[in-house]
Amino acid sequence: MNERKDRAYPLMEHAADRLAAASGRRLAEVDLAAAASGDLSIADLQVSAETLRAQAAIAEDAGFRQLAENLRCAAELTAVPNAELLAMYETLRPNRSTYTALLEMAERLAAGYGATLTAAFVREAAAAYRARGLVLPE
Amino acid sequence: MTNKSSRRSKRFEALAGRDINRETFIEPWPEVGLVVTDSPYDPQPGLRIVDGRVSEMDGRPREQFDALDLFIADHALDLAAAAEAMATPSVELARMLVDVNVSQQAMRRLAAGCTPAKLTDIIRHMNVLEMMSGLAKMRVRRTPANQAHVTNWREHPALLAADAAEAALRGFAEVETTVRVARNAPFNALAILVGTQTGRGGVLTQCAVEEALGLRLAMKGLVTYAETLSVYGTEAAFVDGDDTPWSKAFLASAYASRGVKVRFTSGTGAEALMGNAERCSMLYLEARCLMAVRGAGSQGVQNGSISCIALPESLPGGVRAVLAENLLASLLGLEVAAGNDALASHSQIRKAAKLMLQFIPGADFIFSGYSVMPKRDNLFGGGNFDAEDLDDYNVLQRDMQVDGGVRPASEVEVVAIRREAASAICAVYAELGFPAITEEEIEAAVYAHSSDDMPERDVVADLAAADAFLAGEADMAAVVAALHRAGFARTAANILEMGRQRVAGDYLQPSAIFDADFRVRSGINDANDYAGPGTGYRLAGARWEEVQRIPQAKSPRSFVQDHVGAPLKKLAEVGPAKSGTRTEIVLAVGPAFGAALTRTIGGLDHEAVLAAILTGVAKEGLIGRIVRVKHTSDCAAIGQIAAELSGSGIGIGLQSRGTTVIHKQGLARLNNLELFPQSPSLTLATYEEIGRNAARYAKGEPVKPVGVKIDNAARLRLIVKTTLLHQRETEQIRDEPPAELFFDWEPEV
Repeated sequence: MNERKDRAYPLMEHAADRLAAASGRRLAEVDLAAAASGDLSIADLQVSAETLRAQAAIAEDAGFRQLAENLRCAAELTAVPNAELLAMYETLRPNRSTYTALLEMAERLAAGYGATLTAAFVREAAAAYRARGLVLPE
Repeated sequence: MTNKSSRRSKRFEALAGRDINRETFIEPWPEVGLVVTDSPYDPQPGLRIVDGRVSEMDGRPREQFDALDLFIADHALDLAAAAEAMATPSVELARMLVDVNVSQQAMRRLAAGCTPAKLTDIIRHMNVLEMMSGLAKMRVRRTPANQAHVTNWREHPALLAADAAEAALRGFAEVETTVRVARNAPFNALAILVGTQTGRGGVLTQCAVEEALGLRLAMKGLVTYAETLSVYGTEAAFVDGDDTPWSKAFLASAYASRGVKVRFTSGTGAEALMGNAERCSMLYLEARCLMAVRGAGSQGVQNGSISCIALPESLPGGVRAVLAENLLASLLGLEVAAGNDALASHSQIRKAAKLMLQFIPGADFIFSGYSVMPKRDNLFGGGNFDAEDLDDYNVLQRDMQVDGGVRPASEVEVVAIRREAASAICAVYAELGFPAITEEEIEAAVYAHSSDDMPERDVVADLAAADAFLAGEADMAAVVAALHRAGFARTAANILEMGRQRVAGDYLQPSAIFDADFRVRSGINDANDYAGPGTGYRLAGARWEEVQRIPQAKSPRSFVQDHVGAPLKKLAEVGPAKSGTRTEIVLAVGPAFGAALTRTIGGLDHEAVLAAILTGVAKEGLIGRIVRVKHTSDCAAIGQIAAELSGSGIGIGLQSRGTTVIHKQGLARLNNLELFPQSPSLTLATYEEIGRNAARYAKGEPVKPVGVKIDNAARLRLIVKTTLLHQRETEQIRDEPPAELFFDWEPEV
């Protein structure tokens, strides 16, 4: 247990004043009054990339390396709109795409959304799929 | 089978009718994967690392790796620990796992460097007791918890909400629902969200549906976790499941990006069931699954065979293997929802015995779905334990002082919370313009046991509305606003708080749950620190008191009241008891007889019992004399004194609770002529027979012992009362000699 992590977690307890939703709205302003007046959107109730990275650091410190990596990718994916996120998942399923299409998706992630970690992961998948015959013919 | 005659043993006929003989049992067949552990085709553990990259794993060179091998080698294995872990003999690792002086962290560090075959090899050295110790140490979260299933075949929203509220009230930390018709998913997710947050704030919810649909529910804020991200231990089975380790890992990140806690699903038997076991044992394939789960960055897994449970249970060692997979998951630092959900056995004995392997050591979730409604309403094929077992389950916690993650609840509080939840979902439907839920439906849901008790709904209209809801703008925020407008302030506040927690993301950490005050408890701030006796989680304090308070528990003080009436006026002490010389029967009664107690345990008035015995004696032409023994409450001692005082040498001892003995002078105290220990079974007719037989012994006639019905359950039912009545009799003991009693009564002979 290192001290820094103990202070940080749970963020709701130790950092609530610094937390903001995916929309940028401060957590302190996510309250019943706002909900009642119809002022809250779903983005006000979603986690932000910054918070996901903070949780990744907490996981890493506690020895959960793979979870931390996953949360860092998640932070990147907060930028991807719902419909495209669903489409990307579909593209990554076995025997759905060509090798080239997978590389294009990686490029879109990196260039379009700055999702460099996720892009690298998709490139790795593309290579594995090609080696194992899980891609469509070009 | 060698019996040539057609005649059947009555005993074997009775055994054949037992529930256990409705199961299927088979011999192992490794070639098709029907072997739980140690297939002769399982690979031997081995690992070669060249230039910081795995070049060979479990006997297979990298060039021949399938997709799973690649993923495990590059994402799951911790190469820094691998050399040390692989060089440590498996039996040594098994011993460390059980050793309370080896910490969870130290064990987890080494496990991270083990290949799938190495993990499987560790288990080879462990019996179930050792594995249970291992699980108690390796479980990620210190505090054990439980998950409920809430579904019904009608997919009735009011019933779903009511059952979800009851599940939350009963202490379940997570509630999972699913669909019969996939299009109902948004409504079912909504109903359990509203229900749980009415029952207790902070319960996590999910709706198990196809992956993409599940993600859409998450995007609307209708679910807080996803659990059914299935993985398989062979490449072919994985691809049949329409995923790869990479697509599953991407999906996990996608869920987390929308603030949803992720748990994968695996379990022994799935690959064999799908025809793709590659001749390997179920446990070895599960070890591969678990490494893929870890590699994909899932915080946890539900395993314990899950829906395939009957398959490993058909094989020798199957239940042991299922515990082994739970243990391997926790060894890898994964939250474990430990199974016990799908129907595993027809036999109540077998299903309860199996449960103990997770219940006693504790798991992050002891069930990955305890059916809060009857199993006929369970759409998961679940219900191994269901609504009708809830009282049993609460008693098991109380018996063993084990926290099974559930609390006892009274009918009054359950009915009240069901009403609130059914009314709340009704209000949400009204506010959001969904097909109305009527007062009649609310009323039915409050008191229902299952779908059978619910009125029909217009399914076509519901489905159309569900489609529109999924496609439309309305989301979690709209639900909060609707509840707030309709006056369900607490439910609205709780759902909003779930949204706020989603912003903080604390529950994305391993094994995270919320307590009733929305304080997160996870492997980070509630890490399991079990290190032997006196450490780790202990069921104590307020929680232990809560577990003890089952509604069925009574004050023992109330048990004696029915047996105390007005003291018998017809029974009077007339002086010290004397030894007789006539051919008589002495009837000696206990210290409390007719005074501090006036009725037997069977509810017979003492006066009537005396009259019955004396009538029996009189019918044989003898006279009975009554004395009170004051210095002992022991039945044998009272009987022995009666015999000693009796002129005939035959006496009857009678305790106030009704236990009776016929004794004879010269016999050892604990010997006797006839003993009637089952006092609840004794009737006035029996007491008269006892009097008659005593007289016959006195006359030297041949005697047929009094026949008494044997009721083995009497002691079970009445032992508390027996104890308390005897206690009261014993309290009356005085250091005084026996007294002669005058009984103002004449036999009608």
